[in-house]
Amino acid sequence: MKTAALLIVTVLSLWQGIIWLAGMPAFLLPPPMAVAEALWINRAEIARHAGFTLAEVVLGFTLGSALGAALAVAMGFSQKLTGVLRPILTFSQTIPVFALAPILTLWLGFGMAPKIAMTVLIVFFPVASAFLDGLMRTPQPALDLAQVMGAGRIRIMRHLRIPAALPGLATGLRLAAVYAPIGAVIGEWVGGARGLGALMIHANGRMKTDLVFAALLVLSVMTVVFARLVAIALRRLLGRYGV
Amino acid sequence: MTAPAAVRGRAWVGKTPLFAPVGLELQAGDWTCLLGPSGVGKSTILRLIAGLETGVRFEGQVTRDRPVALMAQDPGLIPWLDVTGNVTLGARLRGTLRASFVPKYPGGRPPGPGKGPGGRGAEPPPDAATRAAGLVEAVGLADRAHHLPANLSGGQRQRVALARTLFEDRPLVLLDEPFSALDARTRAQMQDLAARLLDGRTVLLVTHDPAEAARLGDRILLLRETGLTEWPHPAPRPKAAARPYDAPEVLALQADLMRGMMA
Repeated sequence: MKTAALLIVTVLSLWQGIIWLAGMPAFLLPPPMAVAEALWINRAEIARHAGFTLAEVVLGFTLGSALGAALAVAMGFSQKLTGVLRPILTFSQTIPVFALAPILTLWLGFGMAPKIAMTVLIVFFPVASAFLDGLMRTPQPALDLAQVMGAGRIRIMRHLRIPAALPGLATGLRLAAVYAPIGAVIGEWVGGARGLGALMIHANGRMKTDLVFAALLVLSVMTVVFARLVAIALRRLLGRYGV
Repeated sequence: MTAPAAVRGRAWVGKTPLFAPVGLELQAGDWTCLLGPSGVGKSTILRLIAGLETGVRFEGQVTRDRPVALMAQDPGLIPWLDVTGNVTLGARLRGTLRASFVPKYPGGRPPGPGKGPGGRGAEPPPDAATRAAGLVEAVGLADRAHHLPANLSGGQRQRVALARTLFEDRPLVLLDEPFSALDARTRAQMQDLAARLLDGRTVLLVTHDPAEAARLGDRILLLRETGLTEWPHPAPRPKAAARPYDAPEVLALQADLMRGMMA
């Protein structure tokens, strides 16, 4: 707690110091107090936009995680499917999401759908690859036993491979929780008038840099809190499983 | 009568021969000890009988006429299941945990006495939970039935593995160096326990320890790089027990086997 406070004070002093020393005009780099003021004055508007962004993040994260996990299980069942899908998945990650955002907006309109789709695209890859990695690492002695015991593929998946891979899935989910808001904000940047991303683009266009920083601050805090909540929930769930 | 299980053939790892042509036959009701140093393919033979992936090229024939249970050096316990959960793992994996247990394989264990005509009115066979509780007690872990494997010692984990093997109730049991990682005292105790609880089943025990073979083998087969040789039959083992570890004839046999391994 003490270190965190110290860190914040240091960053704020550096920030203010640079402005004083370099004589930066406020429309380029607003001083901390101006950002705080913008945050307070526009609190209702920021809260409304943050609400939209949060909804997109939560929906996209949930949907993307479910898709990623389901894909990992399907690939875990079939080496052949893995062989076919792995290169496609890797290829899909070489396409910059920024480039996709306008197309998604074109296809899905200006509402929430393209933002959620963006978030899903960003979330499902880390979840799928970390979970699949876990699914392929079930200890061999346990698999040998299961085979001798006459277990079917589905039950081996359900009772051995999935539980053993839960720490891997958790790693993927923790990563995805940090990245999810990026997807939503990129979506908001490109189209539509709602969400923190849209607010930032508009404020930037009107040189209201203090409002941009205020929105950015809210976005960061939101992301940290969201990632933290996901991590805590995962620790509880895994603790119950004893892994 | 055909052997419960037999392996005839040879194996290569890549282009290198793993073992010269072998012919191994188990005899019903006997403990067969397959003794040899590491790396001569003992475990490979056991895995061939179990029907598991071996990673070697095998040319020959493997026959087996009855279902098996497996117990290995790595107890293979599931870390998130308690002792009872691990013992009943097979039922969980077959989806029969909640169904009542019906011995599918006569000869695995004599079925309970049927009362009344045509077995009607016979006592229902014990369900999985009851059987598991009995086995956990038999291996001396009744007070630890709800412990997770992480909270057990190495010897206790092997006891759980033994109970799990017994729960499978198979007539043929494959033991792949199950006691190798234990300290000398625990190992001797586990040998006594296994000899008692596995009585009446056909057992293949793979081991690199001449002392273990001398205590437990009804027949001892020595596997070396040069091939498989059957050791002269040792004196009969007491019923449902291991030979005493300190009896002169057991120590003499152990020394003999050691000489055989060094030759």
